[in-house]
Amino acid sequence: MTGGLPGAAPDERPHPDGRRNSQGVRIDPEVEAEPEPRRAVLSATVKHEPGVLAAVSGLFSRRQFNIESLTVGPTEDENRARITLVIEEPDPGVEQAKKQLEKLIPVISVTELDPSASQRELALIKVDGDAPDQVQSVAEMYGGEAVDASQETVTVEITGSRQKINAAVDTFRRFDIREVVRTGTAALERGAEETR
Amino acid sequence: MSEQVPPTTQTEAEAAAADTDEGAEDAPKGVTTGASSVVRALENTGAEYLFGVQGGAIMPVYDALFHSDLNHVTMAHEQGAAHAADAFGIVSGDPGVCLATSGPGATNLVTGIADASMDSDPMIALTGQVPTDFVGNDAFQETDTTGVTDPITKTNYFAGDEDTVGDVVGEAFAVASEGRQGPTLVDLPKDVTQAETDVEPGEAQTPDTYNPPEEADDDAVEAAADTIAAAEKPVILAGGGVIKGEATDELRAFAREYEIPVITTMPGIGAYPEDDDLSLEVAGMHGTGYANMAITHCDVLVGVGTRFDDRLTGGVDSFAPEADVVHVDIDPAEISKNVHADYPLIGDAGRVIDQLDDELDRRPDPSDRYAEWREQVQAWKTEYPMDYATPDDEPLKPQFVVEVLDEATDDDTVVTTGVGQHQMWAFQFWNYTEPRTWVSSHGLGTMGYGLPAAIGAKLAADDDQSVVCFEGDGSFLMTIQELSVAVRENLDITVAVLNNEYVGMVRQWQDGFFEGRRMASEYSWCPDFAKLAEAFGAQGHTVADYDGVEDAVEAAVEYDGPSVIDFHIDPEENVFPMVPSGGKNGKFALQADHLDQL
Repeated sequence: MTGGLPGAAPDERPHPDGRRNSQGVRIDPEVEAEPEPRRAVLSATVKHEPGVLAAVSGLFSRRQFNIESLTVGPTEDENRARITLVIEEPDPGVEQAKKQLEKLIPVISVTELDPSASQRELALIKVDGDAPDQVQSVAEMYGGEAVDASQETVTVEITGSRQKINAAVDTFRRFDIREVVRTGTAALERGAEETR
Repeated sequence: MSEQVPPTTQTEAEAAAADTDEGAEDAPKGVTTGASSVVRALENTGAEYLFGVQGGAIMPVYDALFHSDLNHVTMAHEQGAAHAADAFGIVSGDPGVCLATSGPGATNLVTGIADASMDSDPMIALTGQVPTDFVGNDAFQETDTTGVTDPITKTNYFAGDEDTVGDVVGEAFAVASEGRQGPTLVDLPKDVTQAETDVEPGEAQTPDTYNPPEEADDDAVEAAADTIAAAEKPVILAGGGVIKGEATDELRAFAREYEIPVITTMPGIGAYPEDDDLSLEVAGMHGTGYANMAITHCDVLVGVGTRFDDRLTGGVDSFAPEADVVHVDIDPAEISKNVHADYPLIGDAGRVIDQLDDELDRRPDPSDRYAEWREQVQAWKTEYPMDYATPDDEPLKPQFVVEVLDEATDDDTVVTTGVGQHQMWAFQFWNYTEPRTWVSSHGLGTMGYGLPAAIGAKLAADDDQSVVCFEGDGSFLMTIQELSVAVRENLDITVAVLNNEYVGMVRQWQDGFFEGRRMASEYSWCPDFAKLAEAFGAQGHTVADYDGVEDAVEAAVEYDGPSVIDFHIDPEENVFPMVPSGGKNGKFALQADHLDQL
């Protein structure tokens, strides 16, 4: 490569000692400050119209936000739907996900829910029907019930926290699980506090 | 722009008919179809020019344009239409409008829409679509246009109802221009635009869910002012948002009052006059050495309307490593996206600068404390000057060409560029003093942007404002067909091709980082651009040495119409300073052998 300009070579110039981490946060040279990923539940109210879910999921996939679950459904207001998103991101990533979501024109509001918020997920678990009584007993232990039974299979419905559903699915393995379907998390703030 | 009506907009017969039909003005023709509602909505917004290419699904809209006073500029390719509309938006401040038909028409717009999106340029795209009943059936010339453009528009609309289509177009226009600007798109199914309706579109307004912030939080302003007042080495980093937000006056006054050095980003060129002592010009990959030194050593960085792109920051871990960052932006999502903002100030750039100014006025004037820093910055200007060698026996240097064109034109001349080495020389060696005089493809880096952008810029510019387009040989070839439009519309544009028979930036990287393997970067097969210009009906010149530069520039600038000067420049000339991708701003290379030290 030809051409050049006058001036000191790169190594002859003074350089400051400071540094930033990969999130652009200024750090003490002695301290590494890389935020750990955390699980966040975001709740968004959106206009109830075609294409909004595609816009939201497209946004999350192209920005590489790690979606753990995404549920959507109508609300008390027929013009609005609520999307509940669970993501696992480093701290600045959660904030960025919220802000990018808020930028979508059909999105009305976005909040990150408190970890103590009511969080529920539903699972349908279809197992072999050899021991329907036992299946029913286990279902009851998890506050669930059998919703379908045939000669070969029993299907059980369980509702609860993600951890409870994980535990239930594990327990039902003894009956030879044929199929499992789970919804994502739906969540609302506790008490009178409004989930905007 | 010449006063004459562009030939495509109105025939003499129509003009005569309009003259004899003056009474009709008292009773404007009402909306009759979805298409006429679209046109009425555009007229209501004050749009002047539409850049487009006709085609099957958009024909009802073109039919409705037949009786409209809107000026339609038929482009040679839809990409040209999008770039022209984009540049129109940059120079005028109002959204540029482009039109295309469904399918290939719409997909050909995609590059231009993505370009406008990356640079937050106000623009609206109207695309034809197959009739509603055919949508989803893979009909002839069908594309899921809203799906394709979802990631590259601020928002987009599928207009499914002839009674509301006009309002949708108005909303798209309003969303494109308010808050952080950007492109919007309205997809117009043919049955909707053909359907009868008499609903007049209302005033263009944004939806009630869209409320861009205006003023920053007072406590945040106070905290930021404390930090600026306590600083010893502050810099202002002015981004494109300063220009988009019409905040150049506020920014200039603020910088001068407190005597804080100003760096601009590339989209921010023109936000602060480069001939001012406080100006350090542009920082980043090919920014000046002094701007990059200042950004590396500052203790407070006041970023206004910038998104801290990686071409500016280099590796984020070494960007302004000792600075507290004050970040002013109208888009909350830009705060701490790339660089953590210690003092986020979310709001309109001009308003927030005024807020900061008011708050600083309550404190002792800090500018004396910055004096040593200002001296240091001036010392860096002397130590790392922007320079180049021009011995007579060497091939023509591109930097010289840029300087001669700058000298030959007024301060308010608009410069447009393609993408590559020529783009870098065009900003390094031209002296920008006014906002909206630099039109380039920054975020997307679209080769071929310069010529169609020059067309849009010329139509948006004041009548006596010149337009100079810098192109590279490779970049120019990508959209050269738009010369036909410049000739047809008789647009006074000077195109300076900095021709080194390479895609030069690729060649520069191959030499620097790929051990000189010049794979596919040699463009020795380029056509004779002067002859090609003449074939299109433009004026053509070829210049291969220093002696010919001034005469050709003079002839081209004086010529009333499009002219092309093919400058055969030193094929081995490279762009310096250079911060390698992901590198440290303070460790820029000033010459090739410095790259080995980085």
